[in-house]
Amino acid sequence: MGSFILRRMVSSIPVLMGILAVTFFLSRAIPGNPCTAIYGERATPALCAAFAVRNGLDRSVPEQFIIYMGRMLTGDLGTSIRFSTPVTALMAERLPVTIELAFTALLFAILLGVPLGIISAYYRNSAIDVGTMIGANIGVSMPVFWLGLMLAYIFGVVLRGTPFALPPSGRLPAGFHAIPFYEAWGWVLEGQTPSQLFTFISRLNILNAILTLNGDLLLNALRHLILPAVAVGTIPMAIIARMTRSSVLETLSQDYVRTARSKGLRELHVVLGHAVRNALLPVVTIIGLNFGLLISGAVLTETIFSLAGVGRTLVDGITSRDYTLVQGFTVVIAVAFVVINLFTDIIYSYLDPRIRLG
Amino acid sequence: MDQAKITKLEKDSQVKGEAPHSSLFLDTLKYIFRNRSAVLGIIIISILVLIALFASPIATHEPLQSMIGQPGHTGQLPARAPCIHALGCPTTEPQHLMGLDLNARDQFSRIVFGSRESLKVGFLSVTVAIVVGTLLGMVAGFYGGWIDNVIMRMMDVLLAFPSLLLAIAIVTVLGPGLQNALLAIALVSIPQYARLARASVLATREQEYITAVRALGATNRRILFMHVLPNSLTPLIVQGTLGIGGAVLEAAALSFIGLGAQPPQPEWGAMLSEARNRVFTSPHLVFYPGLAIMITVLGFNLFGDGLRDALDPRLNRN
Repeated sequence: MGSFILRRMVSSIPVLMGILAVTFFLSRAIPGNPCTAIYGERATPALCAAFAVRNGLDRSVPEQFIIYMGRMLTGDLGTSIRFSTPVTALMAERLPVTIELAFTALLFAILLGVPLGIISAYYRNSAIDVGTMIGANIGVSMPVFWLGLMLAYIFGVVLRGTPFALPPSGRLPAGFHAIPFYEAWGWVLEGQTPSQLFTFISRLNILNAILTLNGDLLLNALRHLILPAVAVGTIPMAIIARMTRSSVLETLSQDYVRTARSKGLRELHVVLGHAVRNALLPVVTIIGLNFGLLISGAVLTETIFSLAGVGRTLVDGITSRDYTLVQGFTVVIAVAFVVINLFTDIIYSYLDPRIRLG
Repeated sequence: MDQAKITKLEKDSQVKGEAPHSSLFLDTLKYIFRNRSAVLGIIIISILVLIALFASPIATHEPLQSMIGQPGHTGQLPARAPCIHALGCPTTEPQHLMGLDLNARDQFSRIVFGSRESLKVGFLSVTVAIVVGTLLGMVAGFYGGWIDNVIMRMMDVLLAFPSLLLAIAIVTVLGPGLQNALLAIALVSIPQYARLARASVLATREQEYITAVRALGATNRRILFMHVLPNSLTPLIVQGTLGIGGAVLEAAALSFIGLGAQPPQPEWGAMLSEARNRVFTSPHLVFYPGLAIMITVLGFNLFGDGLRDALDPRLNRN
């Protein structure tokens, strides 16, 4: 097991290098001069020459690439042009929003997708099965942003005034002040600047609510999360349901399931303990591979629900030509993608020993 | 055992092994038309292609023309809700099946013309990706060694980015527009076809008939294109069909964030983007373009799924 993990980790190093090379190349290829992008009309030749020296732009491209690699490896993602703050600080502020959204969406997708897949496999060709599969087909065909807008309309306008109404934008009600855990615990006094790690944790509303035992905050945060999470989670849910169904269908016809039945085991035990248990292997991989979908979903959904997360910041950065921000965020997301794929492989090889031996 | 007996045995086994005559192509067609989702997919795609081809006669208005100042149009025009005479809308008002958009243009006509853009992006980007990806994958799989390594590591790097994110980055470099979005989507989906092509080349390369052709003196190029490629086509076709749906979705997403089709071009993603802030007051401007995208993607997904089932030799159909 150890050697497999090591081998798998070593093999992702060239990919990580490749990611850095691609982002470096893309940021070079963006049309326009970064000096004029930052200083606008105030950009004079003298100012731009000083800017070039300060940012190492006067050196040769290979030299610049090595400097860039060094900076990235030490965690220096540069300073955002638009916000004039370090990209890492922006990340600490915005990433929690996206993580919360992605996790809730994934939870929704798994909790609904896996049982639906099992039920439709067990009652194959029944009304439940046909309905679920039609729903899954429609689910994977929907544009995320459209689903988000329609959900916002239905739950924000049509159902307004009923108990089913849900807030269609933001993370918390206007004016709602959530006390961060470090202030509640007296670790950082009000008005003082907390460390980036503290900011990061306290911006995870649900975690912060649990840490400070704030039921009101928890309820409000969850209510605001439902619509965007359903929008982002629907496509992964449909994919997981289809995958679970076909996987369970395959295991249900295996000899060991017949053996289990002939031993006189209860049907529920046969299905859950034998068929489903073995069928979930490929589902684990699919769940890991859905990370890319969650990220693209977040990019498209955060703008709709006015959530200041990574996706929305990235899209704003593109429209305002904030290249350092776009480059930094892209690197972080791509690296996270590689790491999650790595974890998926490791979990899979743990669950299925044939992988690491093969 | 004497020679005559062996010859007879061989003949017998050959006669027994021979299936009743039928062509692979006809069999495949039969399987496809027996598959309900494939048929539904074909119907949806055919209708869409017809709408795109005959957009001018089908559309009730010009897609770019504002109704302001047109005969019969009075009062507050922009974003007016649908008016269908058959459903009880007073006949004194001009009929607009899907209402008017924010510039008082007939939305139905824009949706009809939008089918052209979506189908174009879907077909073209997948075609480009399949051609380039297959070439790269075949070369990598056939020659192996360092060529294989270089090509496939490059594909790994491309796969390391969430595809929409990479497409966004590429369009940022190339500049916004539907053509560049098409290129970006094609570029981003090359790796999956390269991997598929490489895998099937690896599987067919060691087959005996390839050795036989090589013994006859065929060149590498001839082996690749006349013998390896035709035997690798099935998974590529299935993946390509499913890929069209994905490409349509990605193109719409790029247009939605302002990097794809630019206004006033009638493209579904761009129409959604224009109307997104008006969803609470004029939901019809958001509902119809999204529905059109969904039906298109659904058509290609259903057809692709059905195609996969019909072409899968592992499934037993007896």
